[in-house]
Amino acid sequence: MVQAPVRTVNRQQRALRQFLTILSFLAVPLGLYIVWVIYPTFQTLLLSTTDWDGLSKTFNFVGLENFQRLLGEEPFQKSIRNNILWIVIFITIPPTAGLGLAMVLNTDVKFDRFLKIAYYLPLVLATVVTALVWAQGIYNPRSGLLNSFLALFIGDAAFKIQWLGDPNLAIWSVIGAAVWRQVGYVMILYLAGLKTVDQEVLEAAKMDGAEGWTLFRYMVFPMLAPVTTIVVVISVIDSLRSFDMVNIMTRGNPFDSSNVLANYMYLSFEDYRMGYAASIAVVLFAISLIFIFLYLREVMKQEES
Amino acid sequence: MSANAIDVPKIGSRKEKKKGVHPAILTLVWIGAFIWLIPIAGSILTSLRGFDDFNAKGFWSIPERISLDNYVRAWGKMGIDRYLLNSFIVTIPALIGCIMLASMCAYALVRFQFKLAKPLYYMFVAGLLLPFQMLLLPVFKLTNDLGVYNTYWALIFFHTAFQLAFCTFVLRNFMKTVPASLFESAMIDGASEWTIFLRIAFPLMMPGIASLATLEFTWIFNDYLWALVLVTDNSLKPITTGLANLRGQYTTDYPLIVAGSIIACAPTLIVFFALQRYFIGGLTVGATKG
Repeated sequence: MVQAPVRTVNRQQRALRQFLTILSFLAVPLGLYIVWVIYPTFQTLLLSTTDWDGLSKTFNFVGLENFQRLLGEEPFQKSIRNNILWIVIFITIPPTAGLGLAMVLNTDVKFDRFLKIAYYLPLVLATVVTALVWAQGIYNPRSGLLNSFLALFIGDAAFKIQWLGDPNLAIWSVIGAAVWRQVGYVMILYLAGLKTVDQEVLEAAKMDGAEGWTLFRYMVFPMLAPVTTIVVVISVIDSLRSFDMVNIMTRGNPFDSSNVLANYMYLSFEDYRMGYAASIAVVLFAISLIFIFLYLREVMKQEES
Repeated sequence: MSANAIDVPKIGSRKEKKKGVHPAILTLVWIGAFIWLIPIAGSILTSLRGFDDFNAKGFWSIPERISLDNYVRAWGKMGIDRYLLNSFIVTIPALIGCIMLASMCAYALVRFQFKLAKPLYYMFVAGLLLPFQMLLLPVFKLTNDLGVYNTYWALIFFHTAFQLAFCTFVLRNFMKTVPASLFESAMIDGASEWTIFLRIAFPLMMPGIASLATLEFTWIFNDYLWALVLVTDNSLKPITTGLANLRGQYTTDYPLIVAGSIIACAPTLIVFFALQRYFIGGLTVGATKG
């Protein structure tokens, strides 16, 4: 009878000690993460309903006014249209090219290491550098690589093409540079995925006479489905994060024709229109949420298996 | 996913034996590779020639003279050396801080059974894909309130905190593959959790940390947005915003800018080529199932 309470105390003590041990590991990292990431996320949600100018200590709540204004303004409409274009291109061209390259380079090709490095080298370069090199080295109307090359075929008319200055071309040119960077990334993801494809199943299918396109279409591609999900999620998120390239190459010019939400948000921040900027961030966040859930679901699935 | 966290794929180590690739496709892959390399090769070439020469004759001309003048000018006069130093001052502490804290986090999430372990893990996973713009204003405000705005600390703090999500994600999955019995036996010997963490778990995480460190080094070093928002003083700017700043000053002198850009890329390229396998291993974590 005497022992029972003691044991409870012991158990409580042990639980407390366990709790303190866990806390000793988690307190600092979690504290940092909450202060710098979690709390700011909610703060932006709040700020999006205010008219804060970034300087004053106080601000007024304006409800959904920022969002209403946002929807009616041309820079926003152009930005969101460009973001969608960016997403559409990013989930089609780099995945197709990346998967194709991975399929080829996963076989017995000579100099495959050189080829792989050629394709994923752009990924290592800072986006700032990529943007600078493309903006000035490649797209510059007079001295750029592209027009100088075209001039060999169509003569001096080529020097009139304003890759970044023409409202109809600017966004395509920026996305082109981004694609250059993305293809190698997708290729790496698929190459890693191909290594996990069950070789025995493939061999069996080959025995049954499957080959070439049929083998790919009905065997390899379905087996790569988890990788494809991740590739799509990453491509969309990268499209939405496309800030560096736009900010350096065009700053969204001319006339917002190459603007994207991430850059438009930054420009509003620079203008001290903080509430407005927050509402743009919230729109970006809302679009991202869909893909965050998709990714989370994939991770949870892996967690259970 | 679990096993893949450790499995650093060796590029081209395992080749499938099957009928060779069609020559037409292979040719296309080779042409593509050369097109992919043109911007890089062109940049190197341009950086070696004089401004007048480049300007007068254009991109596709044979340089009159090859010299390292642009590099010398970029390094000294343009202050690339200062920017580069700033980048290291920010990147190295952030990298170390983030990996230390994430390894503690990962250990706790795997080692202890508590209700919040899974939700916390999912919170970090969700954080991986958060748009940066969602944090921009509050973090800007926070650095002001803490008095670290426009200092190295602003960037060090932010990168450490933000990259915790990815680092914890990777290391936690890495820890999952370590048999629990390793820790249990140490427990029986009377070792405290911190001793087990420092003596057993941390060394075991080393291969994962290597992958992570190469990748994180590149990411933090190449960051542009946060450097733009949190540091305005020219003498404190890291290489990314430093370069953008120089471009504003020397708009037309492209050979000079590109020489600066190549210097800016050198550290990450060195890390990449030295630790290529780890870099790729880190990139593909989460993309493949074990």
